Amino acid sequence: MTTTGSEQNKAPGSTGGAVGVNANESIRQPLWLLAELTYACPLQCPYCSNPMDYAKIKSELSTEEWIDVFKQARAMGATQLGLSGGEPLTRPDILELIQEARNLGFYTNLITSGIGLDASKAQAFKDAGLDHIQVSFQASSADLNNLIAGTDAFQHKIDMARAVKAAGYPMVLCFVTHRQNIDQLDEILDLAINLDADYVELATTQYYGWAMHNQDQLMPLKEQLERAEATAHRYQEEQKGNMKIYYVVPDYFEERPKACMNGWGNVFLTVTPDGTALPCHAARELPGMELPNVRDMSIREIWEGSNDFNRFRGFDWMKEPCRSCDEKEKDFGGCRCQAYMLTGDPAMADPVCTKSPDRHLVDEAIQRGRDEANKTAQEAKPLVFRNPKNSKEISGL
Amino acid sequence: MTDKTFNADSVPVLALGYRFQWEPAQDCYVLLYPEGMVKLNPAAGEILKRVSEKKQTVDELIADLKAAFNGADLDDDVYQFLEEAHDNDWIRAE
Repeated sequence: MTTTGSEQNKAPGSTGGAVGVNANESIRQPLWLLAELTYACPLQCPYCSNPMDYAKIKSELSTEEWIDVFKQARAMGATQLGLSGGEPLTRPDILELIQEARNLGFYTNLITSGIGLDASKAQAFKDAGLDHIQVSFQASSADLNNLIAGTDAFQHKIDMARAVKAAGYPMVLCFVTHRQNIDQLDEILDLAINLDADYVELATTQYYGWAMHNQDQLMPLKEQLERAEATAHRYQEEQKGNMKIYYVVPDYFEERPKACMNGWGNVFLTVTPDGTALPCHAARELPGMELPNVRDMSIREIWEGSNDFNRFRGFDWMKEPCRSCDEKEKDFGGCRCQAYMLTGDPAMADPVCTKSPDRHLVDEAIQRGRDEANKTAQEAKPLVFRNPKNSKEISGL
Repeated sequence: MTDKTFNADSVPVLALGYRFQWEPAQDCYVLLYPEGMVKLNPAAGEILKRVSEKKQTVDELIADLKAAFNGADLDDDVYQFLEEAHDNDWIRAE
């Protein structure tokens, strides 16, 4: 008998690579449900991918509505559930949601800042069947972490990372890197070793929502990335068999785009706090979206029949150079939201691709980051933090 | 492959954070782990099913499989799979 496992499906946006996706076949099952339970969050990270006008969203799905969403997605074949936000721990029904999700057979991931968590909750969630808690860090040192998060959270996060490990979960640490912390990769990885982490995800800032607004202040320099890559590889070697370190070069600095979401409407389903179903968590920003809501339609109707989910499925929607490109089945033309934000047309090739006529837009963004980095502290633009006040101002409320 | 991890007396167990289950929608056994999934072919599924259900030595695991599959000669295949699964960080030896 031959005995290897076959297909792996990693989370979009997570690192580790995805294989075996056939977007030209009939509609596949959603494998991943990202439940953005709430936009409420005690942190104010300027690289948050939540929409900038989140303060407009008032009516969150109820406990019963979320459980119904879980049931429907599970029945369609979803195995991974991300409980995210905002900060999911601000939902008073989080324990009940975890319990239901686990009973349904989901592999349940809690994606949290750690704020609102304590050792007894970590244990209670474990008892309820939670599989995995991912604690996100902003940087390795208290000063920078607290500056970026806009709050005094660092020591608590350290304590929570230890509590998560003590409760018997695999410890997965996520560091979101950008120009202002990427030079601290040594310290970040030393901290992870010190905490006895099992996985470290060195995520790079993706420019959506608040992060796009703050792009010039977050964009790393090429030489920073070269140093970071060397550092990551050195630690990967040293920690082999001990701690897994995922590091990916930010797409702006690559020649081909990321296979965003493993293809539109292919494996990934986001449901936002108000019940809007999206093919990816940034897609609300695209023009012409109908934004179907789980309060009005079943998940199956949305997944299989809605215009939004069919809009960029397969390859028929593509323009040149994607349409005739022999790599289109590998990267699906990249990210629709990025194409829209940079070119104004979501059906264009992701400008990250060097075959795109719009690649210069990416190079210009990289250069703007460098120009900004060369400014003195007085000249530099301040980071705009993600908080209700800024959201209301930006969305004209 | 580097040094062998498993011998007749070692006890294979799922690595921390890994869950094994049957997926009706996929019509196969799968391994679930933080933010990912591996679909298993039937043979891999039968081995990991036993690893996940019961702590036993490789010898006992092989005897169990032989009993279930008409005494088939599968020792080498089991060892090979366990080493592969270990290289993938799905299981460890106790």
